[in-house]
Amino acid sequence: MSPEMGPEMGAEMSAPVTTDSPAAAGGMLERARWAARAYARYDKASVDRVVAAVARAGAESATRYAEWAVREIGFGVAEHKARKNVACSTGLAEAYAGDDYVSPRADPSGKILSIPRPAGVVFALTPSTNPVATVYFKILLALMTRNAIVISPHPMAKECCADAARTLAEAAVAAGAPDGVIQVVEEPKLPLVEAMMASPLVDVVVATGGTPVVRAAYRSGNPALGVGPGNVPVLVDRTADLESAARLIVESKSFDNSILCTNESVLIAEDAIADRLVSLMRGAHLLSEAERDRVRDALFPGGTFDTRFVGKDATWIAERAGVRVPPGTTVLLAPIDAAVPEEPLAHEKLCPVLALLRVPSATSGIAAAKAVLRITGAGHSAAIHSTDPRTIMEYGAAVPVLRISVNSGNSLGSSGIHTNLPISMTIGTGYVGGSSAGGNLQPGDLVNWTRVAYHVDAPFGDFAGLDPWSPPDGPVPGYPEPSNARRPGLAVPVEASGPGGFGSGGSTAGSGAGAPQDALRDEIRRLILEELASLVRS
Amino acid sequence: MLDYGLFTFASKDEVLEKSSTYWNPGKTQFWIDSGVPLVIDRREGYFLYDVSGRRLIDVHLNGGTYNLGHRNPEVVAALKQAMDHFDIGNHHFPSLARTALAEALVATGPPGMSKVIYGSGGGEAIDIALKTARHATGKRKIVSIVKAYHGHTGLAVGTGDDRFAKLFLADRPEEFTHVPFNDLAAMESALRGRDVAAVIMETIPATYGFPLPRPGYLEGVKRLCETYDALYIADEVQTGLMRTGELWAITKHGIAPDILVTGKGISGGLYPIAAVLVSERCAGWLTEDGFAHMATFGGAELGCIAALKALEICNRPQTRSIVHHASDLFRRGLERIQADHPDWFTGIRQNGLVIGLEFNHPEGAKHVMRQLYQLGVWAIFSTLDPRVLQYKPGILIDPELAEEILDRTALAVARAAKEAQR
Ligand SMILES: Cc1ncc(COP(=O)(O)O)c(C=O)c1O
Repeated sequence: MSPEMGPEMGAEMSAPVTTDSPAAAGGMLERARWAARAYARYDKASVDRVVAAVARAGAESATRYAEWAVREIGFGVAEHKARKNVACSTGLAEAYAGDDYVSPRADPSGKILSIPRPAGVVFALTPSTNPVATVYFKILLALMTRNAIVISPHPMAKECCADAARTLAEAAVAAGAPDGVIQVVEEPKLPLVEAMMASPLVDVVVATGGTPVVRAAYRSGNPALGVGPGNVPVLVDRTADLESAARLIVESKSFDNSILCTNESVLIAEDAIADRLVSLMRGAHLLSEAERDRVRDALFPGGTFDTRFVGKDATWIAERAGVRVPPGTTVLLAPIDAAVPEEPLAHEKLCPVLALLRVPSATSGIAAAKAVLRITGAGHSAAIHSTDPRTIMEYGAAVPVLRISVNSGNSLGSSGIHTNLPISMTIGTGYVGGSSAGGNLQPGDLVNWTRVAYHVDAPFGDFAGLDPWSPPDGPVPGYPEPSNARRPGLAVPVEASGPGGFGSGGSTAGSGAGAPQDALRDEIRRLILEELASLVRS
Repeated sequence: MLDYGLFTFASKDEVLEKSSTYWNPGKTQFWIDSGVPLVIDRREGYFLYDVSGRRLIDVHLNGGTYNLGHRNPEVVAALKQAMDHFDIGNHHFPSLARTALAEALVATGPPGMSKVIYGSGGGEAIDIALKTARHATGKRKIVSIVKAYHGHTGLAVGTGDDRFAKLFLADRPEEFTHVPFNDLAAMESALRGRDVAAVIMETIPATYGFPLPRPGYLEGVKRLCETYDALYIADEVQTGLMRTGELWAITKHGIAPDILVTGKGISGGLYPIAAVLVSERCAGWLTEDGFAHMATFGGAELGCIAALKALEICNRPQTRSIVHHASDLFRRGLERIQADHPDWFTGIRQNGLVIGLEFNHPEGAKHVMRQLYQLGVWAIFSTLDPRVLQYKPGILIDPELAEEILDRTALAVARAAKEAQR
């Protein structure tokens, strides 16, 4: 969803992969395979327990990790991040509470039984922009669908992400999930990450990040759900409720200092209402042409975006650019003349600088939105403020994105928090955006269904009450007790003799208290039976 | 044509023939007669390839030497890198790699371990352990179990079966007492005279077919050692290094041994090395005369590097988790197989991934071994109890391979049942 900043990221991506790097994953993927194998047999009730517990653990730590993330990555707004963390934990669990990705479904009229088949091991790359929210999000999606997940956080955010993943992992196991169901790459070095992505032990790569990350995911040879960058146009036409549009756009643009990739990038306003709209945008400072040039030079020195500005607040940016803004400014509004690639401000800016383009009509506004997306962000998202269904429909048909929020801020609109789209930190950009995923990533993307289809004329079976899955019969895996302590009598030790032969002192091994006593009792029972048997024989 | 650059053979038959002529006719013939004419060529992960190209899944792993898989890429990488800088080293001097490994072994060893002495193989390490015990106690006698196997070097061979000692006139009954396993009374009478330097125990006697210590037995032995002032030497050559789901199996019994011996797997399967961990009480000779035990290759620095890496891999939480998961799967899978052949497949002796399969025939395991071999799995019978098959899956195994092994095992067990009845 979020284009990655950090030019080092792209650079490292093309670094040669050392031959020993897959092994340096150190058994994480093998461990994940074991966990996935076990978890894929859990029943719905057991899965629900795990999901609920993990969501709760995530929500409880939402603020702590929000603050940690801001501290570690140095941008964004802790309060907003906390809201995203809650949305991506308990919010997500509530949103999917009615869904079932576990139980088989019988369709008697179609004569098809469908049995869910989890992907297995999900290898998830998470971005620096929404670090913990994306970690929460992908973990919960994986858990809802009985997958094991290995998180590979962006190196800039590795500490908060690793800690968050560990917290959720502990909660999962405490709620009965298999050991190893959630793991995290503590030192996500690029060659290692690339090698892990390509490992045959991975079933699907879910890549959120910059284009290089996503491309690498697709190159890996494993099935991948990679999503590209956005560059969101927002059209306000003459029919819009301007008060509301102005407020929502400023809120959305300043939310978490614009680091959701769904944040508005270019505001396209019909001439007729543009001035009034701008005047209603409280907190937005309209830059003069000279100021605009200074901001442009600061943000795009030499034409490329300076990642130091990512997620910084408007006053900080203004100060760096040498622009004086009134206190309370949350958005810098930068007028541009055309949405063309050579206009840097028409590119994606993951900071609260919003380009402003005036257009004579809604139709030319639609053309401008297409032009914005020609630069980057195809397949991602767009927004429109309008009350005219005709314009809205035309916008939707013409603009090459897969989701459009209407009369809503796009940051929280296209990510499903303020609309009824699936809540998602991972926005599929579809074929037009070079991705195999076209929707907001949701649990259903991580599970396949085996279709058990009857001949059309054959009578359909009665599957009522049948469930191939079951709850775990204890911790998974159980502690490896020796078999003679666990199942007395099965493994009879050789050369056993003498009264001192068995445990007088009780074993300290493992968790099975009482097992040695049981073993002893069974042993005695066995000896008595043997004696009786020999008596009978003689 | 088998062409390996430095040497070539016209065929596998030529290898076997020359192996007999120039190397070991007894062993060579034994395997041909056993239906396992294996000459290992390529090896990778948990797979071996015969020179004919046949693939075998290795669940023998040379008693754990290949715990981490053949040519584990991480160990290979560590060694390759080390070879640009290190060699065997000079055993007279303090050394970088030896010191680093010793510190790591003490840090991860059972409580109370204080110093490390190196050998180039398990047998030598056992000899060092026995010498150390004798020095520390001033006593000579060593107690081991009947059918123990601790290696074939000078002292170690005395702890084991007569078969290997008498041939070389190396049996020394007055110094080496053998008591039945799982018999605390016998142990007590062996120790009562207070003239025993040490009891040496494998935590699960491997070559004897992994008979499991009865709950409380090892703890009882340790207590008797304390009562009668004998040292407890834990031979963890096969049971150590996470195989039972803990780094050292002895810690599952809550026992802090006086001396612990590790070998086989600590080499990473790539560079021979073995080590003896000793408590402070036993470490005296290292101060009194640090040159008292010497071996040019003992603690070779390249071996230390392989060992450091192997130890680190074994001790990872991931590895522990995999072992626990795999133990669970093998337990369930083997129990299912056993349920189909209750009169033939009579016992599962399991502690983690230390597994012995017991069959109701004096040579039962040889039949199963042969059938498994034909089905592409290499597992070895227990030399000292051929009813029992040693079954040691790798500690980094993935679930698909584990299931494949179980499937093949089910077939082999069924076929062997028929074969043995004939
Ligand atoms: C338990 C045990 N101790 C010691 C040894 C001797 O080790 P090595 O063969 O390296 O001398 C072995 C070898 O099989 C063993 O299994």
